[in-house]
Amino acid sequence: MNMQTTMRFTAAETALVEAFGAQFGDLPGDGAVAGRRDRLLDDLKKAGLPTRRIEAWHYTDLKNLLRTVPDVVPVPAIDPIAPVVEGSKVLSVLQGEAHLKSSIEGLDITAFKEKLADGSAVTGLTALDKDDAIGRINGSFVRDGFAITVPANAEIEEPIEMQVLHGAGQIHTRFPVSFGAASRATIIERHQVVTEGAALVSSISDVVLEDGAEVTWIILQQQGAADTHLGQIRVRLGANAKLRLFVVNAGGKLVRQELRIDVEGEGSELTLRGVNLLGGESHTDVTLVLGHNVPHTNSTEIIRNVVFDKASGAFQGMIRVAPDAQKTDAKMACNTLLLTDDGDFSAKPELEIFADDVVCGHGATVADIDRNHLFYLMARGVPENKARAMLVNAFVAEIVEELDDEKLVEALEGVISTWLERHA
Amino acid sequence: MLEIKNLHARIAEDGTEIIRGLNLTVKPGEIAAIMGPNGSGKSTLSYILSGREDYEVTDGDILYNGESILELDPAERAAKGIFLAFQYPVEIPGVATMQFLKVAMNEQRKARGEAELTTPDFMRRVKDAAEKLKIDQAMLRRPLNVGFSGGEKKRAEILQMALLEPKLCVLDETDSGLDIDALKIVADGVNALKSPDRATIVITHYQRLLDYIVPDSVHVLYKGRIIRSGDKSLALELEENGYADIIGEAA
Repeated sequence: MNMQTTMRFTAAETALVEAFGAQFGDLPGDGAVAGRRDRLLDDLKKAGLPTRRIEAWHYTDLKNLLRTVPDVVPVPAIDPIAPVVEGSKVLSVLQGEAHLKSSIEGLDITAFKEKLADGSAVTGLTALDKDDAIGRINGSFVRDGFAITVPANAEIEEPIEMQVLHGAGQIHTRFPVSFGAASRATIIERHQVVTEGAALVSSISDVVLEDGAEVTWIILQQQGAADTHLGQIRVRLGANAKLRLFVVNAGGKLVRQELRIDVEGEGSELTLRGVNLLGGESHTDVTLVLGHNVPHTNSTEIIRNVVFDKASGAFQGMIRVAPDAQKTDAKMACNTLLLTDDGDFSAKPELEIFADDVVCGHGATVADIDRNHLFYLMARGVPENKARAMLVNAFVAEIVEELDDEKLVEALEGVISTWLERHA
Repeated sequence: MLEIKNLHARIAEDGTEIIRGLNLTVKPGEIAAIMGPNGSGKSTLSYILSGREDYEVTDGDILYNGESILELDPAERAAKGIFLAFQYPVEIPGVATMQFLKVAMNEQRKARGEAELTTPDFMRRVKDAAEKLKIDQAMLRRPLNVGFSGGEKKRAEILQMALLEPKLCVLDETDSGLDIDALKIVADGVNALKSPDRATIVITHYQRLLDYIVPDSVHVLYKGRIIRSGDKSLALELEENGYADIIGEAA
């Protein structure tokens, strides 16, 4: 026997295994779901939490960074809150439990717990690959969420806000959402701390855009200063589908947001924009794995990061172009405003191109505030602090304005300027 | 209004001395032209007046209304009424022009202990000033200076000057890159602001601008010093004979 085969668990790993044992009989799901949970947990036990030696987790050593796992605590009384965009239709998940009063006319909405109970959810409870710790944790522990079907040709005018509100404890949610052919909708996936205390949140959205669907999906993460947030969105794009995916990270102590996107239909278009506001001693990781799997598809990715204090961050952007995915057009950029000597940000673009007739590019920049810009504003009488705040705001506002929807832009700019006022 | 006394200044980064014992006095209501060949220190002077950090004053003083301004940062100087019209106004994506104008006007008012402008009052002032300078409303809806042509940028500078109502205007090569029509619009804008309590320093390489903004005094800057001062006829003399003669005399 080799000594290496006995792995020492960290406190967090032990706590996860114990939490699973303690909850097992109580987690929703039929026999198939229970079996799947057990297997995912077993895989997690065998692999352990990923370390920096795992390529996909090189910048986020989860085994070292996740020191403790909070206890599963009884559901505190949490009420739904006003949506971030006025007039949105709201679906609330309160401390991990779907708020059953939530319903929206014209949409088929089911609490995910029911999908677990009838076993239909089991196909989604998977790890995407051998390093998919989020898939394993979420699949093992998920309790609730919403499954939504937007019918073909439906045009949902107002944004739908899925608000995941929580206090201390463990929150594991799931949101399978499918958009029928030629449907149009805007979804705001909002993760928001509402009471004090450390939380471990895992949340996966399984998103399918059927042919010709046009969707704006916003992930707005505003977790607490002690929270761990493990997010993942799995996306499949059909032919001529258009997805605008907008990620805003403005909170959390340890954050990993994975974007796993497969472009499966010709003529489809992905617009990914990200704003990462990093402060305190937090660590935030956005990891994109994008597969251009068919010919004639476009994507653009722009990530803007602002780093204050002792914060650290990483963006990993993997674009894979399949051998027959000719005429792929993909452009990726990662720009960082590093406002402190104690902070850092790592950008790792990766292009794996197996087709020969494609246009793919990437670029990354790291800079401080432009001195010429600062001087110009100050020469007009804007005091230094205010001028700096305006320029930081401008750096991200440029991306937000691309949303080209007054209410969305205003709401997100509000979130961003509130965050900046607190950190500048 | 402005007294520059034996000013010595250098580039902070590498210590290169640019201004070497400059003396200049500008009175309220005066339009003073500063002319000189390339590299004489004209733009540097404008930056030092507005407080740019990249330059260090090593000797001498700058008095504005009798008080030294050397310890003031650019924003404080602006609030006291010093305005620099940039030779190359910077483009700032993500900062809306209107928002910028409003913040600048109100921050200056706050610094002077005045009430902030109401939105309707602000809008009206911008509209009136923009019309006079033939600035299109569409231009004002763009991010600050982004995608503006050279002429539009210079007009936008004069618009800011009109709105901020400074007491000391420093125009740094405002004529560069302007065709004759644009030059006239800009000059009209500057002339409209002429008043007995406002002084203007026009920094220029060529006499051309001075046909439209007529100076009360003309000063020749060379190697960081004023080597000759005179009235507007000095500008014409420079136009005819070039800088060589005057520089030769001074050497």
